[in-house]
Amino acid sequence: MRRCANPPLPLQQTTHLFKPTNLVVSKEAFRKYYVRAFISGVVCAAFILATGQSFGNDYSAPRLAGSDQPDINGIWQALNTANYDIERHMARPAMALREGPHGPVPAAAVVKLGAVGAVPGGMGILVDANGSPSTSGIPYTPEALEKKRENAAQWLDRDPEIKCYLPGVPRANYMPYPFQIIQNENAVFIAYEYAGAVRDVYFDNDVPAPVDSWMGQSDGYWEGDTLVIEVTGQLDSSWFDRAGNHHSGAIKVTERWTPTGPNHLHYEATIEDPETFTEPWTIAMPLYRRMEPNARLMDFKCVEFVEELMYGEWRRYPLDE
Amino acid sequence: MANGVDTHWTNDMNTHANTILLGLAALLTGSFATAEIPRTADGKPDMSGTYNVGTSTSMQRNRIFGDNRYMTEEQAERYARATQSFLQGRTSSDPDREAPPEGGDGSPGAAGNVGGYNAFWIPRDGTTSLGKKIPTSIIYEPENGRYPARTEESRNRMVRRYRNYRGNDGTAWWLENEGPGPYDDPELRPLAERCLLGFSSTSGPPMLPALYNNTKRIVQTADTVMILIEMNHDARIVRMNSEHVAPDVRKWMGDSIGYWEGDTLVIDTTNFADRPGLGGATRNLHVVERFTRTDESTLLYDFTVDDPTVWTQPWSGQYSWPATNERLYEYACHEGNYALGNILRGARILEADAIVAQGGE
Repeated sequence: MRRCANPPLPLQQTTHLFKPTNLVVSKEAFRKYYVRAFISGVVCAAFILATGQSFGNDYSAPRLAGSDQPDINGIWQALNTANYDIERHMARPAMALREGPHGPVPAAAVVKLGAVGAVPGGMGILVDANGSPSTSGIPYTPEALEKKRENAAQWLDRDPEIKCYLPGVPRANYMPYPFQIIQNENAVFIAYEYAGAVRDVYFDNDVPAPVDSWMGQSDGYWEGDTLVIEVTGQLDSSWFDRAGNHHSGAIKVTERWTPTGPNHLHYEATIEDPETFTEPWTIAMPLYRRMEPNARLMDFKCVEFVEELMYGEWRRYPLDE
Repeated sequence: MANGVDTHWTNDMNTHANTILLGLAALLTGSFATAEIPRTADGKPDMSGTYNVGTSTSMQRNRIFGDNRYMTEEQAERYARATQSFLQGRTSSDPDREAPPEGGDGSPGAAGNVGGYNAFWIPRDGTTSLGKKIPTSIIYEPENGRYPARTEESRNRMVRRYRNYRGNDGTAWWLENEGPGPYDDPELRPLAERCLLGFSSTSGPPMLPALYNNTKRIVQTADTVMILIEMNHDARIVRMNSEHVAPDVRKWMGDSIGYWEGDTLVIDTTNFADRPGLGGATRNLHVVERFTRTDESTLLYDFTVDDPTVWTQPWSGQYSWPATNERLYEYACHEGNYALGNILRGARILEADAIVAQGGE
């Protein structure tokens, strides 16, 4: 089934690209793009009117034994570069950059990583009201946009992932690690490989989160074959990605998990946070089943791996720089 | 526990003082006949639920009980009264009370120290009963209810370790010992202090009752059993009817596979990392756990520990896991771990003080 999708943006590679958000696009290309996007939008709207669905899906998943819920058990993983930057972005030399004599180069702290430390590009995971890839960025308030830029400039000091802190939602779902959904008639539990983060989805809860937490409180219900989870009570400390995209403690995330095939889920999350954004916005992506016969979550207790970073200076005999 | 009835979150500070009496009531009424137990669509007993495994049953048996696994009625009553009086200590935790005197109030245990835990912080809830009986210890094998003898190798290792366990007397006392000091590196600190696992083998396996944060969450499916340990949000994912991973793959909580023996869920765990949650154990640890539903709201948890490099014989224990309607708070240990850095930093300051005191620079 044809999915509603805008034509790809006519990006041009430049050799001097310092600010990752400054995508360079010619005016002529943009004009053509918008004409094509408009036509695509009209076609898409007609399609939606015809089918009554914002997102084409005629797949009927197998039922969970003893229940009418679709079975979404399994090990899943996103396959995109959203953890680097959920917005559309081009490849760049490193997450931490400094000005070189002829353009940006990796910061001293990461230069030895070479190509391993480079950032792969990505088309971004924001979608518009039709579920089509969005042409605009995150609708930050001016102050919040300023903070995002500061975060990006201070990435090495500020990204909670660097310190192995719990990732929060939605970031946990598109980090480059698998996660496992353990679902029975009465429960959906999500165990993430990264940092051993966990979520226990409540289905019968009418009590607000008693205290804020890194992973928040997940309240779920089934809407047909879609698992809707409202995530509230998150701390303001987690980020959306390595690019410094952030939120406040007022964030509410409404996730929609829908099986679209035996080995695919469609994941969508709408972000509301009036303290940070001028309006709600939505991300979407497919999630893929890990198909290896021996697929499983491995230990990734990164707490141990960041001890040198966080406490190395307090060793009795600090290691050489 | 998704039953929608009277849901609360766990709150160590103000709940549960009556479970011992309830346990005693169970003892006196003998109300543990075979009950209907919940089953999954495939007919297996359903272990899913949320459980509070805190208990005042001690790990090892007090020698006064000899080889007796269970208390007499008279002993049980006396024990219940003593526990009740301990629990009443919580009610005195008045937020407006005076600060304890410098150096502590002289009472024994952690509560005597300034900033130590008093009874208010120690939720000995859960239950003490096993069916209609009150056990004298969690360990039942060996028959004396105590840990079996350690191997010589393990004894030597303990001696080396305990040489470096000493209270903080405000000096860098370890400078006078040979070899590394206990605060030289983060890697030398206990796993719980580093936020790698909870303490007291709360994650295990075997999963043992700890001072606090004793909630477990089980979600069972046909091919997976997930056991979440509250401290530190550690999910054990048990593969049913599977095989252990290759011996070079090591995990903090081991590699767990499960199978059914009648109505008993058996979980076999090997492939531990070098320092398992169980104190003293090594990577050679092998644990077999047995879960049985004794009624609609109780699991019997039974375990056998074998590590021939540490203990001269295998040992076994069991205790009850009563269901709770409470929920778990997130135990984000590492994210708030100011202690580890400050412990190391404090040691560096004491060492610098010692050098100054010796006329060094």
